[in-house]
Amino acid sequence: MKKAIIEFENFSFRYRVQKLPSLTEINLKIYEGEKVLIVGPSGCGKSTLANCINGLVPFSYSGVTEGTLKIKGQNPAELGIFGLSKLVGTVLQDTDGQFVGLTVAEDIAFSLENDCVEQAEMKRRVEETAETVELSRFKGHSPQALSGGQKQRVSLGGVLVDNVEILLFDEPLANLDPATGKYAMELIDRIHSNSEATVLIVEHRLEDVLHCKVDRIIVMWEGRIMADTTPSRLLSSDILKKAGIREPLYITCLKYAGCEISAQDRPENIRSIALEGLEKSISAWYEKKEPQPAGEVRERLLELKNISFGYENNNTVLKGVNISVNKGEMVGIVGRNGAGKSTLSKLICGFEKPSEGSVFLEGKCIDKDSIAERAQKIGLVMQNPNHMLSKPMLFDEVALGLVTRGWKQKELEARVFECLKICGLYEFRNWPVSALSYGQKKRVTIASILVLKPQVIILDEPTAGQDFRHYTEFMEFLLKLNRESGTTILMITHDMHLLLEYTQRAVVMAEGTVVADDVPASVLTDDDIIQKASLKRTSLYELAIRAGISDSRSFVQHFIDYDRRGRFNG
Amino acid sequence: MARLLSYSDNGSPVHALSGTTKLLYFLVWSLVSMITYDTRLLLFMFLSSLVVFKISRVDFKTVAFVLKLILVFLSINLIAIFLFSPEEGVDIYGGRTVLADLFAGYSLTAQQLFYEFNVALKYFTIIPIALLFILTTNPSEFASSLNKLGLSYKISYSVAITLRYIPDMQRDYVIVSQAQQARGVDMSRKVSLYKRIKNAALVLIPLFFSSMDRIDTISNAMELRGFGKKGRRTWYAAGKIRRRDRVIIASLVCFAILSIVITFADGSRFYNPFK
Repeated sequence: MKKAIIEFENFSFRYRVQKLPSLTEINLKIYEGEKVLIVGPSGCGKSTLANCINGLVPFSYSGVTEGTLKIKGQNPAELGIFGLSKLVGTVLQDTDGQFVGLTVAEDIAFSLENDCVEQAEMKRRVEETAETVELSRFKGHSPQALSGGQKQRVSLGGVLVDNVEILLFDEPLANLDPATGKYAMELIDRIHSNSEATVLIVEHRLEDVLHCKVDRIIVMWEGRIMADTTPSRLLSSDILKKAGIREPLYITCLKYAGCEISAQDRPENIRSIALEGLEKSISAWYEKKEPQPAGEVRERLLELKNISFGYENNNTVLKGVNISVNKGEMVGIVGRNGAGKSTLSKLICGFEKPSEGSVFLEGKCIDKDSIAERAQKIGLVMQNPNHMLSKPMLFDEVALGLVTRGWKQKELEARVFECLKICGLYEFRNWPVSALSYGQKKRVTIASILVLKPQVIILDEPTAGQDFRHYTEFMEFLLKLNRESGTTILMITHDMHLLLEYTQRAVVMAEGTVVADDVPASVLTDDDIIQKASLKRTSLYELAIRAGISDSRSFVQHFIDYDRRGRFNG
Repeated sequence: MARLLSYSDNGSPVHALSGTTKLLYFLVWSLVSMITYDTRLLLFMFLSSLVVFKISRVDFKTVAFVLKLILVFLSINLIAIFLFSPEEGVDIYGGRTVLADLFAGYSLTAQQLFYEFNVALKYFTIIPIALLFILTTNPSEFASSLNKLGLSYKISYSVAITLRYIPDMQRDYVIVSQAQQARGVDMSRKVSLYKRIKNAALVLIPLFFSSMDRIDTISNAMELRGFGKKGRRTWYAAGKIRRRDRVIIASLVCFAILSIVITFADGSRFYNPFK
């Protein structure tokens, strides 16, 4: 019998500044050497639960606790945050913000420094750890200069160097491109099997975490534990739907095809699930596919012709890029970090000037237009709403663009109200921005762009950090906007689900060039493109192959069409 | 975008010195330059600081903006000295050679001019060394040097982290100001200065909030990894005091003693060419 390393008993917690408890009557035991996934929608208490384990609650965020929590048989309050840090290593979600060292080596050494380890010993242990996290070559680099996946490995190294017994990952997939996320999961899995550490992963992207084996899944809902079960039992139940968590796509697809999934079928992974006897229903469902309506011919709106660009140190970021976007389209731009996606949006908005090539809008060259002039027609919504919000009150924030253009109060108010209604923010019009949730703030930034009635909106990672419910709400809102006002929408994203579900076309970037420009179903079933651009093959593709359907592309397309019809009718 | 005042290692001999050496050098150099008004000594110090700057191979462009700013303040300072104390030089050097009679009883004397020249020269001896110190010292090593000189490591580390965040803040500033410009907030020279200041304030709020987020994350990250646990800590980046550091520190001490002797040899801090 294994020993429990984390024990919650009738544990409740309420933050000092909040009325309602964030955790209610938690009873949970986690055993030594287990690998446990904690899932749940935003605000369900999963981060609070993690913070109770690493000591940020109550040492950084104070509040009222009831019941008991024991970590390795000890009371965290007595261990203190420093005592806990010897037991629990946390890899925070914001990989950029958590670096303290100037170089990778120094950052890994940070906790050793605080422990007064001598320099020579420190160098030896950093060397060892850098090897474990596969960063030996980067020891002298600045962590900021690394890619997203490497950054995460630096943070991981920083906690591994201490030989902690519990590893806690807070949304490890949040800032990674799909291929890197897959790799991160494999690395965590390797570290878990090579050490005796207990691994806790807090994440809402279930399918991506299940890429590697997980012993147990805890589902949280409104501060309580809704389920505590094995992956196979969870996936064969209807708990996920109730908890607002996206189930793996192949499961959704099997359900569409009318298949029953039971825990014995090992549904936790597309490679392990037993499909014997189900092929027939899958094929039957696939045979019902309807021919695709021919795409309507649309006018060209935005055109990038032969664009090249490099920053000051002459590194070429973009090489001869040609992209055209038609009126009313929803287009996704994908590719790994540093492939030039964000640079592209800066060039379109005029923040940077291309070294070669031109940008056309409605057939007119806009190379000479200033940022403000372009902003009348092209709106950019940045990833982090805090970078955009500059007024304390919601109304003023949305009105800002019109105020600077010298609009009269009456017309301005009418336009702002109209826009707030479209964005579902009308009831909040007198609220301070700071009182809104993250998703609402994101909407405010869209409203503040929309109020200028641009023809194109560019969104940088529109759904990053949002759970399934907020994701769906937000994307449905964009879809409505696109359909009703005809606004063209360009999205830069890492999210393969978004690509499949909400875009008509995917532009794939790699190494500063466009490597594919096609419908999402083709892009996500093409191994060559997937590899070049660090994407991830959709599990639907594997499902098609395993069910003996040769045209996997058309299978995926059928899924998308079926799924969309379902959403519009229901 | 050019980075203002941020450390980058180009492998020059100045970069290779230990942080402690550079900190000591900077402190002693400033002290001597503050004490002495000996023009010959100041000229020598000014020229040698230029030589050190040259050796460091720091790109002049990275300091041009800051230098301009300092020059503006220096000019204001010099004018203010003249306005408030126009006869300071006369008192010091004991002579009154009027070069021109100005307004309201103010006259420009050779002594005052020479005095203000000395003040300006003091600035110029310190500026290159101060800039070099910031540009060539690895912030973590700087923190460990402060700590070695007896300052609490918590304070030392805060100083280092502040230095580290200068480039991050600059990056945030660019992002935020671009976001504002895209909504029609004009910050170019096309609008009046008042409007520009008002518009710049729009950038400050998001900048403030994103910095607060940053501080929250970093302080959690540091605490989770045991920062502040003990009264003492070791430093991964602590520079070893090598032979050349010892040589430089030794010659620095000799120079300091010598310059104090030269300065006070004639009984006054001032070198007087008017006698």
